[in-house]
Amino acid sequence: MPSQTALLNARLIDPLSGLDQRGGLLIQDGVIADLGSHIEKGTVGDAAVVDCAGQVLAPGLIDMMVSTGEPGHEHRETLATASEAAAAGGVTTIIVMPNTEPVIDDVALVDFILRRARDTAIVNVHPMAAMTKGLLSEEMAEIGLLRDAGAVAFSNGKTSLANTKVMRNVLAYAKDFGALIVTHVEDPFLSRDAVMNQSEVSTRLGLRGIPAAAEAIMLDRDIRLVELTGGRYHAAQISCRASLDLIRAAKARGLPVSCGVSINHLTLNENDIGSYRTFFKMRPPLRSEDDRRAMVEGVASGDIEVIVSAHDPQDADVKRRPFAEAADGAIGLETLLGATLRLYHDKDVDLAPLLRALTSNPAKLLGLPSGRLAKGAPADLVLIDLDTPWTVEADRLRSKSKNTPFDGAQFQGRVCQTFVAGRPVYHYADARKL
Amino acid sequence: MSLAATASNLSFPHRHLLGIEGLSASDIHTLLDLSEEAAKQSRQVVKKRDTLRGRTLINLFFEASTRTQSSFELAGKRLGADVMNMSMGTSSMQKGETLIDTAVTLNAMRPDILVVRHHAAGAVELLAQKVDCSVINAGDGSHEHPTQALLDALTIRRHKGRIEGLIVAICGDILHSRVARSNIMLLNKLGARVRVVAPSTLLGVGIARLGVEVYSSMHEGLEDADVVMMLRLQRERMTSSLVPSQREYFHFFGLDFDKLARAKPDAMVMHPGPMNRGVEIDSRLADDARSAIREQVEMGVAVRMAVLEALARHLPNA
Repeated sequence: MPSQTALLNARLIDPLSGLDQRGGLLIQDGVIADLGSHIEKGTVGDAAVVDCAGQVLAPGLIDMMVSTGEPGHEHRETLATASEAAAAGGVTTIIVMPNTEPVIDDVALVDFILRRARDTAIVNVHPMAAMTKGLLSEEMAEIGLLRDAGAVAFSNGKTSLANTKVMRNVLAYAKDFGALIVTHVEDPFLSRDAVMNQSEVSTRLGLRGIPAAAEAIMLDRDIRLVELTGGRYHAAQISCRASLDLIRAAKARGLPVSCGVSINHLTLNENDIGSYRTFFKMRPPLRSEDDRRAMVEGVASGDIEVIVSAHDPQDADVKRRPFAEAADGAIGLETLLGATLRLYHDKDVDLAPLLRALTSNPAKLLGLPSGRLAKGAPADLVLIDLDTPWTVEADRLRSKSKNTPFDGAQFQGRVCQTFVAGRPVYHYADARKL
Repeated sequence: MSLAATASNLSFPHRHLLGIEGLSASDIHTLLDLSEEAAKQSRQVVKKRDTLRGRTLINLFFEASTRTQSSFELAGKRLGADVMNMSMGTSSMQKGETLIDTAVTLNAMRPDILVVRHHAAGAVELLAQKVDCSVINAGDGSHEHPTQALLDALTIRRHKGRIEGLIVAICGDILHSRVARSNIMLLNKLGARVRVVAPSTLLGVGIARLGVEVYSSMHEGLEDADVVMMLRLQRERMTSSLVPSQREYFHFFGLDFDKLARAKPDAMVMHPGPMNRGVEIDSRLADDARSAIREQVEMGVAVRMAVLEALARHLPNA
């Protein structure tokens, strides 16, 4: 077997350097050995050749917010099934959240995730560890030891760290280790028992609403703590215009603050809930159309650095319930790219900033070597057909749970092939035959 | 015309009654006309008819209710149905059975009509998707209570001869009230001017967009009103920092003779019950000649008979 693989006749896009040109890419030993217009049929010797037929070859996507059910709720999703969904979605690296059972707050549990991923997953898996023991918001977790074990960031799961003093200490302590603190932003009192955005829509449906201010208040507090401590801070998901304004102001003051947004909040709004459709129930909740527009603007301007799937598998038992009693969350790994390309085809955001938010930006925040097309970088790649239309069918998605808000949605553009460390992990043409 | 004759002419194109939201003004008039006939029938010595003979009506109440449940029970029996009451608060829900499991189980018993009350908004509609029979919403969380709005409209129409153009002030805990939501929608569809009067903590964000004028003073909100509709204030609202005390609430938002004096002299006073005398309404006023509260209860049975009649036409083999 040849030791090299050559991907020829591609449109190479590297969102970090701005590269966008025809050419080829040479893979050796799992890394990118060379790339450019000079890589073509006559120059690659006996390398195995893949003809890219002019499609986009980009760094594989890095999804900074993925929940699986492993450990604890494997019937919803395992690392293996999540990784298959990821590969089919062009996602080559997933960051898994610590709010499992048990909570990932101990070195042995970080080891467990890494070992299970090595043995069962077909994409790269990095754990985010809990910032407080048991995610109880009381005692700081062993941030230094967890980082050394392989935790790429620290999270408080699906809740904010309400105790301001503990949050201050976490940020200050994490700073010494260069650790990134990633948090859900939501005032726990304003959002208690509430299940959707607070607006005319919640009033009409008779559902308790979470005001956008609940997010902005917590984000404002956190930013002030960043100012106090200098800790690196990333708001996992923002969802409203007020939060975007706060992020912009914090950046203008030079604070080490960044934020993400879920693909759901970029492409859906509260009206999609219709009459109590629980597959649109999530946290933060889908907001108003004006808030959605703000999120799109934020990605276009680069003030929102990261787009996440917020993949959160929930089975029918916990979703097919009255709205207020149904679980939050939606799956998203396999639809992340297709939904993101809506923004490109609608001419809301150019391709480069969208891809940056899915590749090089999360890589930079997390200190990963991937997320770019460059010599020496891991050969984590996705080959994208930007134009072919397709329809999402929930039953055909690879996740164990089928709670997608995009069932029946029409997307334009899909993943043709996915490579992790040079190995093909997904091929659309093969998958179709199954 | 008799109830049967009116029913045979009616056009009511719905299989379920899940809310006022899905009804047209003409649907509502149809139901109110039918209710008038049912009210007449209920005042006769022989109150019973056989429209629903052989049919099974199940009252499925996940939340305790005395008057709505007994009103539906009586309505079903007056139309000849076999009525079964199931109170779910204490049985399978506590054994972990989901609403959908319950729906599937009940569906297998082949009822013709399910009357459902549930503490969660949207729950009745969810259940309706899972059964083959007709479903009537008897109240879902803070969302809708369509038969209450219909009986209120019937009561108003009998007193005032019309609904269009009337000023109706709905007062009290709008935020948590399914009665308020259904009434706001129904009264708007029939052309009334709807006001809501409540402290801001009990209003709900964006309520004005539902087609109401918003007041936080009873004196202003009741000015020239034709109808004053009071809502029940649950005691737990005091402990969740929505209003400071019963005393203060009654002082500013309870209906008394002084505040009612702002309304038209022939204004009628309504309350969906059960009343908290001395919290939202002066006890003497509840028994005053202007109070239509007892008539509301009577009309409740009539409206529920009318709804059952209307839905019966869509039952299988009807």
